[in-house]
Amino acid sequence: MGNPYLPMPMRLEKNFIETEDKNIRTFTLSFINKEDEQNFKYLPGQFAEVFAFGKGESPFGIASSPTEPGILKFSVMKVGKVTTALHQTPEGAVIGVRGPLGNSYPMEELKGKNLVVIGGGFAFTTLRSTITYILDPKNRGDYGNLTVIYGARNSGLLLYKEELAQWEKRSDITMVATVDRGDENWKGKVGFVPAMTKETAPSAENTYAVVCGPPIMIKFTLPVLEELGFPPERIIMALENRMKCGIGMCGRCNVGNKFVCKDGPVFTLAQLKTMPNEY
Amino acid sequence: MLISKNDLPVLLDRILGEYEVYAPVKEHGKVEFKKISSGTQVCLQYSNSQKPPKGILFPQSEKMFCYETVQDGVRVDEICDCSKKVIWGIRPCDAKSFTILDDAFKNEQYRDPYYYKRRENTVIVGFGCNRPGATCFCTSVNSGPFDTAGSDVFLTELEDKYYVEGITEKGKEFIARYQLPDGSPDTSRIKESAVVASKVNLDGLKEKLDVNFYDEIWDSLWEKCIGCAACTYLCPTCHCFDIVEEAEGGKGCRVRNWDACMFPLFTLHGSGHNPRPSGKERVRQRIMHKFKYFQDKFQQTACVGCGRCIKNCPVNLDIRILLDAIQQRESGEGC
Repeated sequence: MGNPYLPMPMRLEKNFIETEDKNIRTFTLSFINKEDEQNFKYLPGQFAEVFAFGKGESPFGIASSPTEPGILKFSVMKVGKVTTALHQTPEGAVIGVRGPLGNSYPMEELKGKNLVVIGGGFAFTTLRSTITYILDPKNRGDYGNLTVIYGARNSGLLLYKEELAQWEKRSDITMVATVDRGDENWKGKVGFVPAMTKETAPSAENTYAVVCGPPIMIKFTLPVLEELGFPPERIIMALENRMKCGIGMCGRCNVGNKFVCKDGPVFTLAQLKTMPNEY
Repeated sequence: MLISKNDLPVLLDRILGEYEVYAPVKEHGKVEFKKISSGTQVCLQYSNSQKPPKGILFPQSEKMFCYETVQDGVRVDEICDCSKKVIWGIRPCDAKSFTILDDAFKNEQYRDPYYYKRRENTVIVGFGCNRPGATCFCTSVNSGPFDTAGSDVFLTELEDKYYVEGITEKGKEFIARYQLPDGSPDTSRIKESAVVASKVNLDGLKEKLDVNFYDEIWDSLWEKCIGCAACTYLCPTCHCFDIVEEAEGGKGCRVRNWDACMFPLFTLHGSGHNPRPSGKERVRQRIMHKFKYFQDKFQQTACVGCGRCIKNCPVNLDIRILLDAIQQRESGEGC
């Protein structure tokens, strides 16, 4: 067993300004060592510690999909020292990565099922991974209907705009992008995610829902899903807590007797109902 | 086997030829575990050390690796403390704490290489307590003044000598090398007279904690706490840590430092949200972790009853009283 605290070096290929407010950037990293690439086996929903050398590391959900070989993507909001350093890292520089960490969305269990992906704001990174994974020609046949409901405060804050546009054109995915407030550039839906979920009304039959977003969105979306007949065992969520080690040792991210980093970050609503609300 | 008290310094000097030896040393009126350079430095007339010896295997601050960004990448130098160590004369509560740290530093996927490297290279020589202290409550947490759990070798103090027992294979091999005189004296009288007066009733506590997370009792239990974290720093089983950079430019070291659930920054999110915003949640976390979460996972309580948190709390918050208060509350009350 290797030392799980050691980062592997990756090259920053692209440092892309993702949102209009310039607070979120998407980093595309390439593996420098071939064996690191071979060892980095992950599934949508997992995260990694990203390390700005000399500044520190922070955990981020992996936004790329394992079906995109050779690279990893992370979308990072600028909130502190490490994220600011990452935002300022020039293309071509070396960045450290530790992972993949945590559990994933239950991609095996989801086979043969329909999936409703509901996301809000910044919390769309591992959802992008999931959608990209399912839409891959090698995987698409394994999954049923794919419905995506994704909202942001305004159109400038939506992540992955080009991909959203491409998904809207496809017939094998129902893509509903919505904004809280429309503007002259926005031709799509206007309304909050819970309302859009109600309007879209995906059938709960043989269907799972993955919900990621700000607490207020989740609070009002869960009753809609319940009304549509989704049982808590088929509502999947991902938690965030402050983390350091990412491997269940440093002790800070626990919710009850579970570590978000190791036992999560993905939990079903049924599981969350048995855990204290310390997240 | 036996070793006379007069011969102990000579034995320790022989051990020092092969191992780093950590033993209780009296300085400025306090006993601490220190790396010794001579057997005469050791002071075995003590109740327990001010700080737990956990820092020998899990240092308060330790470099994990150093790095330097270079022309076409980065150079990472892993740091390994591979020295062979002996911890001599540690009390049964502290020896037992290593069995708890063993659980904390591994899980089904990962093993902490820094802790385990030291653990594997260390011989732990436990030392029975003939006169337990006033704040000791080891017998309440499945231990006792002559518990050998966690010890490779165990010493029992007799009038003018120590009875030396090999407990584990590692311990037996270790003492065999020093060819001590044989002997197995009757220690029953000593063991009987070592009374741990202080008791906490833990029967049914776990079952109460299973259901009382939202109980009103937590609203008042923590009120005295000033959040100094002396309890966690001095706890032999507390093992939470922070990871920080000590670096300039692209060159520096990754360092880990003890951290504590009693601090608000421990859980503060980047967004400003804090899942444990006040002392209430933090004191609850400390009790829950030791007496419920750890038991859920490893079927043992993460408290060894050493009493350091009681002795050193600046506001006299006594974990025995906290646990009694929880025990006395009817379960479900105020939920």
